[in-house]
Amino acid sequence: MSAAAPGTSKAAHSDVAPKKKKGPGALATAYLVIYNVVMTAGWLVIAVGLVRAYLARGSYHGLYYSIEKPLKFFQTGALLEILHCAVGIVPSSVVLTGFQVMSRVFLTWAVTHSVREVQSEDSVLLFVTAWTVTEIIRYSFYTFSLLNHLPYLIKWARYTFFFVLYPMGVTGELLTIYAALPYVQKTGLYSVTLPNKYNFSFDYHSFLILVMISYIPLFPQLYFHMIRQRKKVLGHVEEYNKVE
Amino acid sequence: MSRTTFFEVEVLDARTREQLCFLDKVDPYSTIGDIKSLFHKSYPHWYPARQALKLDPKGKSLRDNDILQNLPVGTTATMYFRDLGPQLGWTMVFLAEYIGPLLTYLLFYFRVPYIYSHRYAFTSSPHPVVTLACACHTFHYMKRLIETIFVHRFAHGTMPLRTIVRNCAYYWGFSAWLAYYINHPLYTPPSYGDLQVNYALVLFMMCELGNFSIHLTLNNLRGEGYRSRRFPMPTKNPFTWLFLFVSCPNYTYEVGAWVSFSIMTQCLPVAFYTLLVFIQMTIWAKGKHRTYSREFKDYPSLRMAIIPLIL
Repeated sequence: MSAAAPGTSKAAHSDVAPKKKKGPGALATAYLVIYNVVMTAGWLVIAVGLVRAYLARGSYHGLYYSIEKPLKFFQTGALLEILHCAVGIVPSSVVLTGFQVMSRVFLTWAVTHSVREVQSEDSVLLFVTAWTVTEIIRYSFYTFSLLNHLPYLIKWARYTFFFVLYPMGVTGELLTIYAALPYVQKTGLYSVTLPNKYNFSFDYHSFLILVMISYIPLFPQLYFHMIRQRKKVLGHVEEYNKVE
Repeated sequence: MSRTTFFEVEVLDARTREQLCFLDKVDPYSTIGDIKSLFHKSYPHWYPARQALKLDPKGKSLRDNDILQNLPVGTTATMYFRDLGPQLGWTMVFLAEYIGPLLTYLLFYFRVPYIYSHRYAFTSSPHPVVTLACACHTFHYMKRLIETIFVHRFAHGTMPLRTIVRNCAYYWGFSAWLAYYINHPLYTPPSYGDLQVNYALVLFMMCELGNFSIHLTLNNLRGEGYRSRRFPMPTKNPFTWLFLFVSCPNYTYEVGAWVSFSIMTQCLPVAFYTLLVFIQMTIWAKGKHRTYSREFKDYPSLRMAIIPLIL
């Protein structure tokens, strides 16, 4: 969500050159451009799919089914980003990226896919919409940054839209997990009870509640991190405007 | 009567740059430790262990045994101070970390009320392996406590309070989690019965003895004084022959003890904890191995960090 792109807008100001880190090689850059273009396209497909389904049905209900497959494919594809950090072609922390991607994958597969009954909930549409808009902006931001032609509009959008999209996504995610709870408890989904040969137990219902609680410390930290990033990235340009 | 040039030391706050303290007539042979003691006189709540003194506000901290006149300063030295926060001596740290697991496990073993269903309160398990596991776990932590008090000699004095809280949460939390399953009324004994338990017990005792032997050997090494820095070598004790193959056999034996405990209890949470222990020990062993290899030109090339011939 907040991974820094290699070659930010500062590259446009040639007098700042000495500070540039050793970025990815030419081949890696080409690969990353292709990756980010594909992901932008994928999330655009999801966006278009949502709009078309809404226009066809005339209501917000059950739109999940119309974009289920591309959502699973492209959100799962984001796992590659962990690999990018591990290999070093993207200068982000493996742990942070891993955490962010895994939480998305968890919601896609372990909650929405696994508990059929929540798929028709409106909360699903809430987070899917938030994710879609966020990802389209984020992946196009990376694409343009890699090509050293980042339009200010995209940079602005990336560091401004999150004000609304982030709480929107979190609300959708929390409501969806909450909706899944009774079904998980009733069916004992993904749960292991004692006694068993390896003396182990796991209660998925309690685990989901723990996940929900973990949003309380984590969400503010990530949100304020983005706000600080915004000041850093957008703040400078405002200063230049003042000086002119 | 020889004339000694006295030094002057001014101590500034690393963040605000305001002058905190000005010391004059400082003996050029004073150590940083001496400066810290002098500073402590003016600021009683900042005891020496809490002080970090540096020549560059963003640089590395000076060591306590650095001598003033050997530092790259003129006769007026400017140092920057940073508060490291409340500190606890190493002995206290380890006591806190090890007492927790020892006692929490026993709470589960004796099935203190509110842990398991109330009809099991204060009952005992019908399986002998559960009692054996309790004995082994208790022995393991008692041994660690005894070593902390009587054997280990620690290099740096202290550890910050925040780190201790985090470490204690880790040790205490995991031992509670393990103890919960092993002492559970629905616990299932190992699939291969007494054979599995006895082999595991033998392996466990050997690893505990091995670990203890290594600690004694390392202790004797330090005893010879800091100047004569040599790397550890095998002695007459067969357990130390593992030094032929690894730099940190104490970590090898520690992992071995936890592996044997996993086999003894056939408990997945124990196996998971063993994996974490292995990862942590490997990180430490690799660091130590690198330090040894760099410091000693004649370091044996056969030695690996933690697992003979492999890692």
